[in-house]
Amino acid sequence: MSGTDLTAILPFVVLGGTVTIVMLGIAFCRSHRLTALLSLLGLILCLIAIWPASDMAPRQVTPLFVIDRYALFYMGLIFASSIAVLLLAYGYLAARTEPPEEFYLLVLVATLGAVALVASNHFASFFLGLETLSISLLGLIAYPRDHGKPLEAGIKYLILAGISSAFLLFGMALIYARLGSMEFSRIAALLTVNDAPSDLYWLTGLALIFTGIGFKLSVVPFHMWAPDVYEGAPAPVAAFVAVVSKGAMFALLLRYFVTANADSFGPAPMMIEIVAIASILVGNLLALLQNNIKRILAYSSIAHLGYLLVAFLAGGALRIEAVTYYLVAYAVMTVGAFGIITVLSTSNAVAEIEDLDAYRGLIWRRPWLGGAFAAMLLSLAGIPLTMGFIGKFYAIAAGVSATMWPAVIALIVGSIVGLFYYLRVIVAICTPAPQGAAAYAGTVPRIGSATLVALTLMLFALGVYPTPLVHLIQVTAAQMTVR
Amino acid sequence: MILLWLILTPLVGGVIAGFSGRRNSALSRWLSLACLAIDLMLILALWATHYGAAVTLNGTWLAQIDWPWIPQLGIRLHLGLDGLSLLLILLTLGLGVMSVIASWSEITERVGFFHFNLLLTLAGVIGVFLALDLFLFFFFWELMLVPMYFLIAVWGHERRIYAAIKFFLFTQGSGLLMFAAIVALALINYRQTGTLTFDYFALAKTQLGPTTQMWLMLGFFMAFAVKLPVVPFHTWLADAHTEAPTAGSVILAGLLLKTGAYGLLRFAVPLFPAASATFAPVAMTLGVIGILYGAMLAFAQDDMKRLVAYTSISHLGFVVLGIYAGNALALQGAIVQMLAHGLSTGALFILVGALQERLHTRDMRQLSGLWSTAPRIGAVGLFFAIASLGLPGLGNFVGEFLVLFGTYRVASGFAIAGTLGLVVSTIYALSFVQRVFHGEPSARTVLADFSSRHMLVMATMIVALIWLGCYPQPVFDAASSALANLQRVASERQSHLGEP
Repeated sequence: MSGTDLTAILPFVVLGGTVTIVMLGIAFCRSHRLTALLSLLGLILCLIAIWPASDMAPRQVTPLFVIDRYALFYMGLIFASSIAVLLLAYGYLAARTEPPEEFYLLVLVATLGAVALVASNHFASFFLGLETLSISLLGLIAYPRDHGKPLEAGIKYLILAGISSAFLLFGMALIYARLGSMEFSRIAALLTVNDAPSDLYWLTGLALIFTGIGFKLSVVPFHMWAPDVYEGAPAPVAAFVAVVSKGAMFALLLRYFVTANADSFGPAPMMIEIVAIASILVGNLLALLQNNIKRILAYSSIAHLGYLLVAFLAGGALRIEAVTYYLVAYAVMTVGAFGIITVLSTSNAVAEIEDLDAYRGLIWRRPWLGGAFAAMLLSLAGIPLTMGFIGKFYAIAAGVSATMWPAVIALIVGSIVGLFYYLRVIVAICTPAPQGAAAYAGTVPRIGSATLVALTLMLFALGVYPTPLVHLIQVTAAQMTVR
Repeated sequence: MILLWLILTPLVGGVIAGFSGRRNSALSRWLSLACLAIDLMLILALWATHYGAAVTLNGTWLAQIDWPWIPQLGIRLHLGLDGLSLLLILLTLGLGVMSVIASWSEITERVGFFHFNLLLTLAGVIGVFLALDLFLFFFFWELMLVPMYFLIAVWGHERRIYAAIKFFLFTQGSGLLMFAAIVALALINYRQTGTLTFDYFALAKTQLGPTTQMWLMLGFFMAFAVKLPVVPFHTWLADAHTEAPTAGSVILAGLLLKTGAYGLLRFAVPLFPAASATFAPVAMTLGVIGILYGAMLAFAQDDMKRLVAYTSISHLGFVVLGIYAGNALALQGAIVQMLAHGLSTGALFILVGALQERLHTRDMRQLSGLWSTAPRIGAVGLFFAIASLGLPGLGNFVGEFLVLFGTYRVASGFAIAGTLGLVVSTIYALSFVQRVFHGEPSARTVLADFSSRHMLVMATMIVALIWLGCYPQPVFDAASSALANLQRVASERQSHLGEP
């Protein structure tokens, strides 16, 4: 491993170092503030480390990892999301009874796993990253271990993670048995040589891998766990699962399909289209029935993954562009929406504020917080001025360019249904609270509020003037497709 | 640049008025009024400077700006003003001023937020009338929905939540169909030319097969038909108009419905002329059904606001008829009808809103003999009811008459059926006057008459309607250049379609 290689993987090195330092720091001195500071500092250094690394890109570092602009872009997204989650969690954790320090450690390790996923170019690193991510997530989900719901959610997630890993491993094994390689790019080459589109091993392997990934992405029909886990997990962790875990998985899926040429033949596009349509419809329809904000957001996240899969269907550069923009938008609005739940739940150490009724009149009691929540919801619904609108534009453009009309129609129908439950929440935060129901009057942590302000500003800025982001994404996508 | 100011003034003003409303609600009202007045000056100045030019330079734009917005996707900030946009923006700002004044005493809670939403809706509407980039057009199209939704949902009447959600779902859903059609059109153009663009003029040159053209046209038509509303898609209208606060109803009926008609005129017909011609008989049938059905429904209502809402369906049926009849006469008629409907219906909503504010009911069964207690309201009500039924000398008559005249040349059957609408409208308008203003005054109808503030609003609208009815030539002049524009786009389009 040369110096250039080390520079290329600098974000990994910094993150690994941060994990070690934070771990040792906790061992010597239990201090919430110190741990939080160290973790944030480490993550910010990771973000900075992307710059020297990008000078080396694209570079294959060992057969396992490839550091290209695509990987670095997603690393940036993941680091930024983790920073936002930690900032939101700071006040939240301070108000809880559990010792808060290990939370940071787990988030950092999970981030390491996610970062490994987006840079992996090999089944081994794929699996390694995935397990690192999943196991730390288990700890995070069940972090408030004195409560029933988080424990239940943790167990559910554990079982699911085990099953999906089994599917994945089996799929990988089948493809390896057929082609004798675990490198994505070699798989593509071997496939064309062997001319194997109709090969049973290959198809089964692909389907099993898609199933395993589908579980992690919580797309229909592998979605059952998501609402329970979102509901049970602490709100910042739910944001982390929704954004970092799913985002990294999606980035990997995209890289695998682009590099290994997985859907240029055979029934793969149809399979994805069906899953996309099912996710959109089921996610949106089930969200209608919920009264718990976290469950609504869980189902909405299922639907959004469906929209992402529609964006995934497009060909060429548009595909990477559409998916990447949508993922960034999704990250901002999801972290924002869960962030509001986190911030509001801070003062309530027993349970989180998650019932729809508790949000009644929020916009009149706390205009800024309520306004930010309304903005996040409108963005999720894809209304102009917000990032969600540009994202939806990309998804529709992708579906239309792939002439997948059923998917486009599902997207439109899904958006209408989706609008209905987002409006329900907005109606709730706009209608005055019933008399005597002074639900909560606690203080709102300042750091969390500042993070929310930043997220909301970003939501509008990149929704009104997305040019810089689009430019960045196009540069990223260009390198990926050229290779 | 002045076009951008037209949009920015209410936008920025809305934000300022929104904040100032937390401290001082009167300040918020005055600020909103000032913003709209400034905007009105701007557009009047534009009209005055270009008044002669608009006629002589047939088919040019009075003002345009074309800046890059998201260059990677070929999306530009392309705004253009021609006679049609000018007239509609004039109507927008006029009605905007009226609705701020009309809600002076009606809205007492959350005044700042109310004016913020009001001005934001107006900014969105102005944007719709100016946008020449299809992406930008859709952007504004959606943008005006959210503040309108809040107007209905927060300050509306009894069933406001239901009405607001229904309104939002109908318009947003149909809007997405149009969006898919816009994207499809842009991508087809991209495959043909290699440049991705959403520009109106560039997309007008796309070559389309007849089937594709028909599907894309239907995507656009759906969005505009829901907004207009054309009959099978009209169910949101009565609820939204009835439950909205007065200003909301005025803006909904006076402006938001017009955006649908404007969309048909500017986009659906010129971009897809052949498909529109094929589709015209269907659209005209729907228009005639709207005229008659809307009028009949209006007659059957006991709720005054619902009555006025249903008359909108009837009046806009004429607009549809005129647009799809397609000749210059009918199109001129449609434009005059749009303006006249905006004024007369807006005034009726203000009147009904004032009655509701005083009597706390909109039910005509509980009202009678208001004329004797409130003669000003009675006289104004009679005037606008008569305007609404199409009395010669008032704006609505010119519009309806020209539409029927133009339609007769193309499809006499539709014109004859449409004429029946005039009869039915007489029935509902007169029965409204009779039930509310005539008869024995009942006990609860002791009420304050119109204040001088209200009378000022009403007088302005009366003058405008009479002017439109007696001397519509300036409107014709302004519109004719715009219509020439549209016809040129359509005919260029036709020649492009001939090639493949």
